[in-house]
Formats: sequence, structure tokens, C-alpha cells
Amino acid sequence: MSEPIIRVEDFTTGYGGKILLKDIAFTVERGEVFVILGGSGSGKSTLLKHMIGLYEPMSGKIVIDGDDIVTADGDARRAILKKIGVMYQSGALFGSMTLLENVRLPLEEYTSLDDEAMDLLARMKLKLVGLESFTGHMPSEISGGMQKRAAIARAMALDPTILFLDEPSAGLDPITSAELDQLVLRLARSLHITFVIVTHELASIYAVADRVIMLDKRTMGIIAEGDPKVLRDTSDNPWVRQFFRREATAEAA
Amino acid sequence: MEEIGRAALIVGRDLRTQIIFVGETAAALWNATRYPQSVRWKDVWYTCEQVGVNALPIVALISFLLGIILAFQSAVPMRQFGAEIFVADLIGLSILRELGPLMTAILLAGRSGAAFAAEIGTMKVNEELNALTTMGLDPVRFLVVTRILAALLMVPLLTLFADIIGILGGALTMLTFNIPIAAFLHEIDSLVDVKDLLAGLAKTPVFAILIAGIGCLRGLQTEQGASAVGISATRAVVSGIILLVVVDGIYAFVYYLLDV
Ligand SMILES: Nc1ncnc2c1ncn2[C@@H]1O[C@H](COP(=O)(O)OP(=O)(O)O)[C@@H](O)[C@H]1O
Ligand SMILES: [Mg+2]
Repeated sequence: MSEPIIRVEDFTTGYGGKILLKDIAFTVERGEVFVILGGSGSGKSTLLKHMIGLYEPMSGKIVIDGDDIVTADGDARRAILKKIGVMYQSGALFGSMTLLENVRLPLEEYTSLDDEAMDLLARMKLKLVGLESFTGHMPSEISGGMQKRAAIARAMALDPTILFLDEPSAGLDPITSAELDQLVLRLARSLHITFVIVTHELASIYAVADRVIMLDKRTMGIIAEGDPKVLRDTSDNPWVRQFFRREATAEAA
Repeated sequence: MEEIGRAALIVGRDLRTQIIFVGETAAALWNATRYPQSVRWKDVWYTCEQVGVNALPIVALISFLLGIILAFQSAVPMRQFGAEIFVADLIGLSILRELGPLMTAILLAGRSGAAFAAEIGTMKVNEELNALTTMGLDPVRFLVVTRILAALLMVPLLTLFADIIGILGGALTMLTFNIPIAAFLHEIDSLVDVKDLLAGLAKTPVFAILIAGIGCLRGLQTEQGASAVGISATRAVVSGIILLVVVDGIYAFVYYLLDV
């Protein structure tokens, strides 16, 4: 078996001296779609933000493709950041730029390609997410689902090996959300990109996840790990069962 | 007691972020002068248009009115002594040395300082700043340097423009006191020196850095929540204007000591 692409070890963090996640350890394998689950406030976004280097943990390692992002700085950090792409919950597209300019930005900053080549690459990324006819639009002129797809295109600008998605289905209707799931699967299977996704949308979890971990704030740790359908059917942890059974109630609401 | 402690803590934290901000900005500006090709000049020109060109009407209006008001207020008492012509010197000196630079700076603090805070604050709330960071791009280089450079280019030019319009306002007003424009300008020329113009313009780079720097800092300090951006914009204007007035006072004191 090959070396996992992400290895989190002895990871402990929190805010203002208060511990939120304690002694977390897990790995993400190359090419898999890995989902982080948990109730609201369990620390999913916090964990994701540490994995992309925005926050520093109280202790522990987050090794991404061989390098620890916690201790890396300067050029070493930039080298890690080049391998990852992030889609934020709000999309976080730059509002003063067109979609094409948004996707071009990382290329402008990291490559010395000429204008035409950068345009071509950016257009190709937008085509991958089905937005080839919206290159000149501003983010405010397109729908929420399209903004998220554009954000994925921008995250893929430098051909990252790992894509992080924070709550991709938040604020989307079920059909748009399902389309986004299909896009994730297509990119994962055809481009072999590793996905790390934070979500609590069950339909989406079953559709895309190869493996999940579930966080819980009562234990400040991981209470379940594995294939989501197997966990649903076989877990004897009452909190895990409760989470997966929520489906019926969530859909009624 | 606890209140005081908490307030001290907040002031301390504020001071800390301000010192870090000043350090990072200075480093980024230094880098920009060493590697000018690393600056996003397209963004600089765009900001110049926002800060400079689009501010022309309001700067023109206010400085023109300033010239008129100054002229009227001083001409009426001066006329009792038959000394209307000296209004020209009064206007020339006060506009070039003090009012032109300060009024322009205060207008821009209200206009562009607030806009910078709101723009950057919105980007922060919308996670765009996080997006920059995870792309390996430094928000200070990306957003602050471009705005400070634009202000450094535009504030001196706008001040010069305000000086000219203000004096023009005064000159036109004095026509009603039977002083021809040529005589007015000649009087200014005889007593007011290029030194006075330069003394005023010498303040503008510092004003520019203050306005843009504080606007950006308040934007970066924006917290989460619906009203956060509005609060940042207000704080940018208030602290911007206070600092402008303080720095202007320091300039006046130094000029007095140096006999400028
Ligand atoms: N920047 C922050 N400062 C202080 N507390 C925070 C911050 N971000 C999140 N928290 C707190 O940490 C807990 C977990 O937050 P989060 O990671 O966003 O949870 P989730 O994404 O699972 O809903 C929450 O109680 C939240 O209030
Ligand atoms: Mg969250």
C-alpha cells in the first residue's frame, strides 16, 4: 500500500485555551473521497482550516504529501499550498473579478506563462465544471451553485493533488447539490484528485464518500471511521446511529 | 476593576495587531520598491481611478466653497481698513499650507478610507482573505500595498488641485470687492512663496499612508456578523480623521521650530 497523502497525528486544538479536538489521528489515502462528518459545533470546519494551514494547532502534525504544514514556512509552505485547492463555504470568489480572472489569478502569481496560455488554461478549468459560457460574468451575476463550481475551477487552477471542500451543499437546493456531487465524483475518478469534504448532507455523503470520519464534541474526538453505508448498518455507537437515522427527520423538516 | 483589566487587554491586543500590521506593511512596501514587477499595477491604476479621478468633483466643490468662505469672512473686516488686497495673502497662505492638504485628506478619509475598510472587510467576511492565504498570496501585498501606492500617487495631486480651486474661489469672490483677478494673483505671488506650497505638499505622502493604512487595517480587523463591515468603515473614518488632525498638528509644530 502506498503512503497516505495526508497523515494527521496527535492533533489537539481549540480556541482561547479551551480544547475542542483532542488527540486526533487519521489518514487520507491517495485518490479517495474523504468526508469529515459531525454535528454542528463539533469542529469540522476547525479541523479543515488546520489542514489547509490557516490555523496552528496546540500540538500535533498534519503531514501533506510528505511535508508537515504545521511547521513549514516560507517557500516550503508555498510548495505545500500549491498542491492543495480549497473551496470555501461561501465560494469566496473575488467579487471584483470575472470568473476567468478569478481562475487566472493563481496562474498569474505562480507561473510565467503568457497571457494567451493562461487564458486557455483558465478556460479549460471552467469548462471542466461546465461554466465555459460564463467566463466573462462577475460572481454576483451567477447562481449559488455556479459560484461553487467556479470556486472549484479556481481551486483546480494549479492542478492540485488534493481539493478541500467546506460544506459544498450548504445553501443549495437538492438538485443543484446532487449535480455538485456528480462533479466531485467525475473529477475524483477521471483526474485522480483526492477530495477532503466537510458536510453533513447525508444524501451527498452516500453519493460521494469512500470513507468518513465522524467528530463529536462530547468526546472531542473521532467516534467513527469507515464506509458510511457500513457504519449506518453496523455501528453500535448510539450517537453514530442517531446521526445516520437523522435522514428521515431531516427530510421532513 | 475587572472592567479596567478587560479594557486594557483589548487595547493591548489592538496595539499588538497594529504593530504587526505596520511591520508587515512596511516590509511589503520595501519589497515592492525592490521588486516593482511583483506589484499588481493593474489594481493600483484601478484604485487610483477610485481614489483620485472619482474624488475630483467633491474635492473641487469643497475647496471652491472654502475659498469663497475664507474670502468673504476676511474681506468684510479688512475692508474697514481698506486692506482688502491682503485677503489674497491670507487665502494663499492658509490654503497652501494648511487647509488644502488637510481638507483633501479629511475628504479622502471619509471617502476612500471608509471604502477600503468596507471592501477589505467584505472580503474577510466572505472568506476571500482566507482564499488568498491558502493560494499562498499575502493579503497585505495583494490588497494593502496596491491601495497605499494608489493613495501615495493621488493625494498629492488632489491636494494641488484643491489648492488651485480654493485660490480660484477666493479670487472670484474678491471680484465683488473690486479686486481684479490679476491683482489678486499678483499679490499672492509677491508674498506667498513656493516654500509655502511645498510645506503643504510635504504633508501629503504621510496623509496618504495614514488614510490608506488605517482603512486597510480596519478592514483586516473586521469581525464576523452582519454589522461588522459597517463598524469597520466607521472606525476607519473616525480614527483616520483623528490621526490626520494630530499629525497635522505635529507638522505645524515642527514647521514652527524649523521656521519653515
Ligand atoms: N475563530 C474562532 N474563535 C473562537 N471560537 C471558534 C472559532 N471558530 C469556531 N469556534 C468555535 O469552535 C466550535 C467548533 O466550530 P466549527 O469548527 O465551526 O464547527 P462545525 O464546522 O463542526 O460546525 C464552535 O463552538 C465554535 O463556536
Ligand atoms: Mg462548519
